[in-house]
Amino acid sequence: MSLNTGGCSRFGSTLVIAEHDDTTLTPITLNAITAAGKLGDDVAVLVTGANASKVAEQVAKISGVKKVLVAQDDKLKNNLPERVTPVVLASQKQFNFSSIVAGASAFGRSVIPRIAAKLDCAPISEVTEVHSADTFTRTQYAGNAIVKVQSSAPVKVMTFRSTSFTPASQGGNGSIENAPSADVKVESSEFIGQELSKSERPDLTTAKIVVSGGRGLKSGDNFKLIYDLADKLGAGVGASRAAVDAGFVHNDMQVGQTGKIVAPELYIAVGISGAIQHLAGMKDSKVIVAINKDPDAPIFQVADFGLKADLFKAVPEMIAAL
Amino acid sequence: MTENVQHSMNPFDEIALEEAVKMKEKKLANEVVAVSLGGPKCQEVLRNALAKGADKAIHVEVSDAEYQKIEPLHVAKALQKIVEKEKFDLVFLGKQAIDDDASQTAPLLAGLLDWPQALYASKVEKPGDDYLQVTREIDGGLDTIKVKLPAVISADLRLNEPRYATLPNIMKAKKKPIDKISTKDLGLDLTPQTTTLEVSDPPVRKAGGFVDDVPMLIVKLKEKGLIKT
Repeated sequence: MSLNTGGCSRFGSTLVIAEHDDTTLTPITLNAITAAGKLGDDVAVLVTGANASKVAEQVAKISGVKKVLVAQDDKLKNNLPERVTPVVLASQKQFNFSSIVAGASAFGRSVIPRIAAKLDCAPISEVTEVHSADTFTRTQYAGNAIVKVQSSAPVKVMTFRSTSFTPASQGGNGSIENAPSADVKVESSEFIGQELSKSERPDLTTAKIVVSGGRGLKSGDNFKLIYDLADKLGAGVGASRAAVDAGFVHNDMQVGQTGKIVAPELYIAVGISGAIQHLAGMKDSKVIVAINKDPDAPIFQVADFGLKADLFKAVPEMIAAL
Repeated sequence: MTENVQHSMNPFDEIALEEAVKMKEKKLANEVVAVSLGGPKCQEVLRNALAKGADKAIHVEVSDAEYQKIEPLHVAKALQKIVEKEKFDLVFLGKQAIDDDASQTAPLLAGLLDWPQALYASKVEKPGDDYLQVTREIDGGLDTIKVKLPAVISADLRLNEPRYATLPNIMKAKKKPIDKISTKDLGLDLTPQTTTLEVSDPPVRKAGGFVDDVPMLIVKLKEKGLIKT
């Protein structure tokens, strides 16, 4: 057994791949920067995109960021994984990072394994804890097993679960430089357009309070009750898979193993039975409230406060009382 | 524990297979081949895939002991070799396996092959000869991309409703071929890069009990400082 696996502890440097919408850094990158700081000495952040310079200015001011690499190019608009990967590989060739990481979002999960394949490294998904430069914890079986793993990959290529790391704060003074040039091919994939759900409510994954509705709501129209309660509480709105499959709400609101993972201060589950796939997405919430008319619903086994009641009576009563 | 527990095809793989079979039914594909890597039990999964419309199947055999240490990177490398040999134009995978929850194989394979990838697909269309238009489920909603063939696609839950295998099709599937191939035939190195040090149960959450009514619930939440007084 070697004592200094890959020399990471001394010369450790990590590249974080930034996610942004051309104007603002996505909050999950702040969680990833915190996690990256636990891996070794230096944290560099790569910002790619058509408007990368503007976002890079923000990134340089984040605490813990030593260097920002910028790849501004119209070819990198919308950051398709096929186009971002060569930029990451060119950066890796020049700087020889010991880890390459991103937040475990749809973006991070698309780009990180692609990079790992190119480097012949086994990637590690949704890390929830960093023990050392090569030892990490992640969950399996819908959060029902906690697995501590050691990676001998020459480069640790990972995604971090956002809810497990606090967001990095402001107050950094990183340098900004251009990323090494890469041969970005454009013919293999092309971005056509997107249809984002517009909402004034707090983002589901970062909201302090989340109100979620399930099959018990019975219709999409009845989901108004959930929205009204959420608005009273300044909460984000989630849903169970049953509610999404029944067409009550759009899938980007789904909380669970195959949807979003949330860990707010307060999670209010309304008309949700609490299938294990749903629990996987919310059981790290600080306080869980369940409102359900079935006293045997599994959700009550994890709820700090259970209310056995008809949601169509209880929720309007709550809205009126708040 | 994986012995004597109920196993079945990963739900996302069923969706991936269904989409492939649908493409064949629309005459957009000539042949659908199902591939599985694992121990002898994979045969059942592959028979099921054949009963649902795959034309033939390939079983990459690994021993149960080896399988314990198989990583998504190994699976992706096995698929890469098969894809290169069989000259497929399109690979459908599920977005994640519900056991390891890694969600890696599709983008790993795309990277190894240097093919474009469309992950978390909720709609797949073929408006042109050499490309697909794919609607993807992303964090804030949906996006649509075009990928040039050959490509790798991973299926999200809402891509389709997988069909059931009917009894006549289950009978017919018994006559369809399953090719067996070993990881040695493929020249695969199965050295793991990740060692499991420890598996533990997640911290148990204790149920807090019931409150009588809404006013009581609000009092409790105010006491905890979770909602404003």
